[in-house]
Amino acid sequence: MTESRLFAGKTELRLTPFHARTAELCQAQEWRRWSGYLAASAYDLTPENEYFAIRTTAGLLDVTPLHKYMISGRDAAPLLNRIVTRNISKCKLHQVMYTPWCDEKGKVIDDGTVQHLEENKFRLTSADPNLHWLTENSSGMDVKIRDDSETTAALALQGPNSRDILNQISTVNLDKLKFFCLTHVKLGDIPVTVSRTGYTGDLGYEIWTERENALAMWDLIMETGKPHGITPAGIYALDIARIEAGLILIEVDYISAHHAIIDARESSPYELGLGWAVKLKKGDFIGKKALLKEKRQGPAWQFQTIEIEWIPLEKLYRNIGLPPQLPTTAWRTSTPIYVNKRQVGYATSGCWSPLLKKYIALAHLETEYSKIGTQLKFEVKVEHYRHLTPATVMRKPAFDPERKRSCP
Amino acid sequence: MSRRYDAIVVGGGHNGLVAAAYLARAGKTVLVLERRDVLGGAAVSEEVFPGFTFSVCSYVVSLLKSDIIRDLQLSRHGLELLPLESTFTPLPNDDYLIRWADHDKTRQELYRHSPRDAEQYDRFGQLMNQIGMAVKPILEMVPPDPSRLSFAALRELVKLGRHFKSLGQEKFAALAKLMTMSAADLLDEWFEFEPLKATISASGIIGTFMGPRSPGSAYVMLHHYMGDIDGVFRAWGFQRGGTGEVSMSIARSALELGADIKTEAPVSKLMVQNGKAIGVALENGDEFYSKVVISGLDPKLTFLKLVDEKELPQDFVTSIRNFRIRGSSGKVNLALDALPNFTAIPGYGPHLRGAISISPSYDYLETAYDDAKYGNFSRQPFIDMILPSVLDPAMAPPGKHVMSCFVQYAPYDLNGGWNDAQREAFGDAVVDAIAQFAPNIKDIILHRQVLTPWDLENTFGLTEGNIFHGELSLQQLFFLRPAASWADYRTPIRGYYQCGSGTHPGGGISGATGQMAATEILKEWR
Repeated sequence: MTESRLFAGKTELRLTPFHARTAELCQAQEWRRWSGYLAASAYDLTPENEYFAIRTTAGLLDVTPLHKYMISGRDAAPLLNRIVTRNISKCKLHQVMYTPWCDEKGKVIDDGTVQHLEENKFRLTSADPNLHWLTENSSGMDVKIRDDSETTAALALQGPNSRDILNQISTVNLDKLKFFCLTHVKLGDIPVTVSRTGYTGDLGYEIWTERENALAMWDLIMETGKPHGITPAGIYALDIARIEAGLILIEVDYISAHHAIIDARESSPYELGLGWAVKLKKGDFIGKKALLKEKRQGPAWQFQTIEIEWIPLEKLYRNIGLPPQLPTTAWRTSTPIYVNKRQVGYATSGCWSPLLKKYIALAHLETEYSKIGTQLKFEVKVEHYRHLTPATVMRKPAFDPERKRSCP
Repeated sequence: MSRRYDAIVVGGGHNGLVAAAYLARAGKTVLVLERRDVLGGAAVSEEVFPGFTFSVCSYVVSLLKSDIIRDLQLSRHGLELLPLESTFTPLPNDDYLIRWADHDKTRQELYRHSPRDAEQYDRFGQLMNQIGMAVKPILEMVPPDPSRLSFAALRELVKLGRHFKSLGQEKFAALAKLMTMSAADLLDEWFEFEPLKATISASGIIGTFMGPRSPGSAYVMLHHYMGDIDGVFRAWGFQRGGTGEVSMSIARSALELGADIKTEAPVSKLMVQNGKAIGVALENGDEFYSKVVISGLDPKLTFLKLVDEKELPQDFVTSIRNFRIRGSSGKVNLALDALPNFTAIPGYGPHLRGAISISPSYDYLETAYDDAKYGNFSRQPFIDMILPSVLDPAMAPPGKHVMSCFVQYAPYDLNGGWNDAQREAFGDAVVDAIAQFAPNIKDIILHRQVLTPWDLENTFGLTEGNIFHGELSLQQLFFLRPAASWADYRTPIRGYYQCGSGTHPGGGISGATGQMAATEILKEWR
């Protein structure tokens, strides 16, 4: 047994209410920034364990850095309906909707979830700050908008064992809680909201509570989860899981229309594979006119999962006497994709999927080259030299287990 | 003595030196004549008090063009720009506002004051970046003359029209607003936290006889926003050794390229024969002959002092007379025994590594302007300070510090005129204003240098003490800078050119006017 040594430094970044625990557990001392907070990239010296926890047992992730807004009042639903592209009037009590939202040009500003917590009360989660966007679009409406980002602590418990863990401590059995639904329960004696949501494409839950309950909640879940193989998981693990699940990441897979310096950097929901979330038949909403037009014309781009084929890649390595070198963590470098020597797109994130045993990437492709099965050439660097290697458009999401949606 | 040169540059300011270096680089023989014993003009470093070196006038760098840095190999000649990390605005209630280099820290800080502003700040940055990209090509273009319908002028105008069209309606509207509005009105559209608005608006009044509520101040703000370092917009830097070292790096480059530079060589007259410049005469009677003469001085000196009026068309003389060059600022340089201790953030900290802005509110700034409107210096002035010795300890003896205070307003036309008593009273007002936020300042001042607009005029040749060689107001920008039909660095006298900040695109240590003038001259040189 090696002696445990304390490692600490001062930081001006914000710390989540779970930091006292996460800092202690973070053996790897790999941290990154997430919305101005310090967030663990990896806890374990070998972070693969954290990924496998998400897929085979349960991974516990501190997702407090998400922006969280409480929107209440008679016009809460109309306001959200005006902003997001999905139809919030169809969002039943205790239902959750994933949705992007756009500017007037129909270009995506951000994406997140709308949680229907109570009658006339919703929580919106987002990657970027949206307080002002919500406020400036709410003039004349009977609505209160509160930024709960600091005061609400959030954990994601993701993986096949997550339900069993929560059922052991929840005042209400969660077996009946459907995918993208929420419920208000107590874990032990801690009042929380549990939503069956996550960023992993697996069976999983996100748990929302007041900041002051954070440590007690962490301890309770970790303690209860021990026999179920619960493992604290960092962003590295999450990143692989979300690429497998085909879930987009702002500033990586797309640039917010509020940050893009040039128009070419902006994307419509259709171009991000989110056409299903655009409800053009609902009433007026921001960007509708532009989106109607885009739908009619057809988007120039599509967002797809591609598979970089194994045999040709292996051959490139074998030619120089090496076994294939695969990325151990997800990458986020834009990588060109060609058809007949012409660039027809670019991949924005990619990883080796340890479960699927496939090298996959999320890619923007010209619509013409985006159909499933389309043969592409993907740029790889093999021992310092560039090569083009075959890749194929595959079904998105690459990983989509039945347990994600099913109830026992 | 009389040696013939291809070109003579009058004035060894940074723009004159840039022009000289580019001409020498093209194989021309060049002579730079500087009145003072030091080079740099207003971008000058001097050991004003033993052991204490100051960027006496201009004190930060951001607009220096990257192609000049490359072409003249300035990094090899001593250009070393250190990042200025923050803008610190101490507030009267002992609170403060800081904008850091780090996005997350800035966001946290702004959020503390206004969650709305924290969000708007990014979008304002986005717009300023977009507008900056939109305006850059205009800044880098020789202004076409819309009144002369030559083919070349038309072609340039069409290019300009296309450029504006490519901006799209949204950005074009934003640009139109920036060109016409007051900084205060514009910022009111974006933000709610007054000290944030006031501090951003301050860059809209620097070097200008306007208040934050004066229409046109938004453009001056944009002008300051446009600075980039290594391609990063809005980056401000501090030159190791002071801004004089920027000038010296250009001078070293020019010398290596073969230019001659003479200091303590004040030019008295441009020599003109048959409407063509043939050389210059010095105050000591020496004459130097050349094919072209380039003035790096401001338009008033270039045309009303160096040249006999009869050599120029009367309407041109009138427009130069009307060129607005009202000085509005002074400079106070302090040699300090220790660091100032701000009540808002006591002790040493990263807040001392950037700009410190005394700009708590619009009213504070506008009241400061009110004083100046009626011929007084501001009793409570706007001050933009930096502590160069924190970034470059060699500026002061170990443990001691230098502090550079840019001060507004100090009108050139002070009631009763400037004199020693007024200068000291002005210096006292500045120190008092700082003492409201850093009470120890009075106890740590070892030496004080106060420069009034008259001093800026007498010592540095800035007419009326205007740091930009003429205000950056709409009626004297682009093809109107310094006068209609003469914005292409040429003058009514053949062989006589202008390359100072009084030409397009204007002030700041950019080198742009010197570079563009040289390029125009070389175009004609066959």
